[in-house]
Amino acid sequence: MAVKTGKYTYLLENTPSVLSFGSVGSKKESEGPLGQYFDVINPDSTFGESSWEKAESKMVQISVGQALSKGNFEADQIDMAFAGDLLNQCIGSVYGLRDLGIPFVGLYGACSTMAESLALSALFVDTAIAKKALAVTSSHFCSAERQFRFPLEYGGQRPPTAQWTVTGSGACVVGESGAAPYIRAVTIGCIEDLGIKDANNMGAAMAPAAAKTITRYLTDTHTRPEDYDMILTGDLGQVGSALLEQLLEQEKIHLQGRHQDCGLLIYDRQQQDVHAGGSGCGCAASVLCSFILPKIRKGTLGDVLFVATGALMSPTSSMQGESIPGIAHLVHLSSSRRRKGVE
Amino acid sequence: MSPTPQEYNKMSQKAAPNSKLFRNMLVAFLIGGLICTIGQGVMEWMQSLGLEQKDCGAVTSISLIFLSALLTGLNCYDNIAKHAGAGTLVPITGFANAMVSPALEFKREGMILGVGAKMFSIAGPVILYGSAASVLYGLVLAIFG
Amino acid sequence: MELLISLGKAFLVGGAFCAVGQVFIDKTKLTPARILVGYVVLGVLLSALGLYQPIVDFAGAGATVPLTGFGHLLAIGVKEAVAQKGLLGALTGGLTASAAGITAAMVFGLLVALLFKPGDKS
Repeated sequence: MAVKTGKYTYLLENTPSVLSFGSVGSKKESEGPLGQYFDVINPDSTFGESSWEKAESKMVQISVGQALSKGNFEADQIDMAFAGDLLNQCIGSVYGLRDLGIPFVGLYGACSTMAESLALSALFVDTAIAKKALAVTSSHFCSAERQFRFPLEYGGQRPPTAQWTVTGSGACVVGESGAAPYIRAVTIGCIEDLGIKDANNMGAAMAPAAAKTITRYLTDTHTRPEDYDMILTGDLGQVGSALLEQLLEQEKIHLQGRHQDCGLLIYDRQQQDVHAGGSGCGCAASVLCSFILPKIRKGTLGDVLFVATGALMSPTSSMQGESIPGIAHLVHLSSSRRRKGVE
Repeated sequence: MSPTPQEYNKMSQKAAPNSKLFRNMLVAFLIGGLICTIGQGVMEWMQSLGLEQKDCGAVTSISLIFLSALLTGLNCYDNIAKHAGAGTLVPITGFANAMVSPALEFKREGMILGVGAKMFSIAGPVILYGSAASVLYGLVLAIFG
Repeated sequence: MELLISLGKAFLVGGAFCAVGQVFIDKTKLTPARILVGYVVLGVLLSALGLYQPIVDFAGAGATVPLTGFGHLLAIGVKEAVAQKGLLGALTGGLTASAAGITAAMVFGLLVALLFKPGDKS
């Protein structure tokens, strides 16, 4: 049963497993360094649909379909779905899951939603409230662009700090402890705001939240970065990643090359004109479900802290001149049930 | 100790890569200059056909707006603008792109509130404040002139 | 030769207007819409002060094609209309003079929306 340790962290004593997972991306994602790891790539970013929003929902269906079929599960075996995306009222998830008949909890944590949904799924399974829970998030470059920024055909210039919304989705089925990857602990983040107002520099807005959540987790669990093989943040991009390391240095926490960022992994920044890196709910989700989870399953990665970060602003708050609050949730994924050297 | 917002603002400015200002200005200068040169070419041509000066200006604007609308429809304008920046923003073609692109993008939201209303979401303020400034000028002229 | 000179002048002056705009994009947080509004209002102001007509006389389309030229057009429209009709001209002059551009943008926008499909960015 999940027990709270310290102020912010829950240890999952039954170590739920990520039983199966699926990922989907489009053309730009396929051209990136992780292209070969995706389950499904559709170079047509409309996914055969008549709107970008429908295309995003289609990606949710595809990634969930992959996760279910790879684990030989039927939708009615899933007790609860935790899902979210960037669109107003989370319509990407809603229309994507509409026909599956799974009890649905819609989440909004911006780009942090994958860690949020995975954490909640793990808590539900660990406490035996659910036997199997589904965590899924998505984002689509075009639907995000037209909602948050400009029409796609508009001739604007992106500043070098801007990030490129990933067209992709990732889904995980979490269930009772079986095989690796295991979910050993989760930390739910607090809202952090250090006054960044530039919507084209979201990495900077989110880095303080990531630094706080990582610090809190390490304090709560009495561990150090050296105890982990990878500290994987979601979507800080190049600017946010640099700031995160500086902020942690101030706390005397040295990541020493253990830090990776989903926004930097998914694209080749030199070749793909994505400026500071990838972003969006689908970024952390698809990187996790295509590249990271298989490695933990095989054991080539042992302990990974998955820290997805979100910028919790809206077009309205931006126009009203509000600063951008950030959030980061942490999920400790592991290839073993027990910590190395303990027991 | 976490930094204060002021300290963090400084940190984030330091971490942010700079735009390549000189290179961007050069591209903007070249592309923007080219668009104006095309305009001048149309204008000279119309003058040679014997059109009145005012109408020459109107035909020039209409031609450039047509060109911009077409390139926007063909998904080309944004690809040029990505490099040209202000070179495609500042000329009248940028104004046309600002009207045409939301009209096209939001047609799925319908002809009235999609195409009709969104068309003015970026260019509307330009028309509004341009007109307001001209009315102010007119008032000054009418009262003091 | 005369043609080449006039094209060259348009190129240089028009390019300069754009290069200045690039400084606003790169060095300030001004959104494109704000920069456009700024250019139009500046055009009205410069024209009202009598400073813009000399640039137009020198550079032709190099001064009329950038959005400051749109502001200039509004201003000369108002000036003429006020001279003819007095106070009423303050309200009618601007849009009358710029009707061709605005209407063209609206109608072409409508046509493009009807004929083309929105596409992805690469």
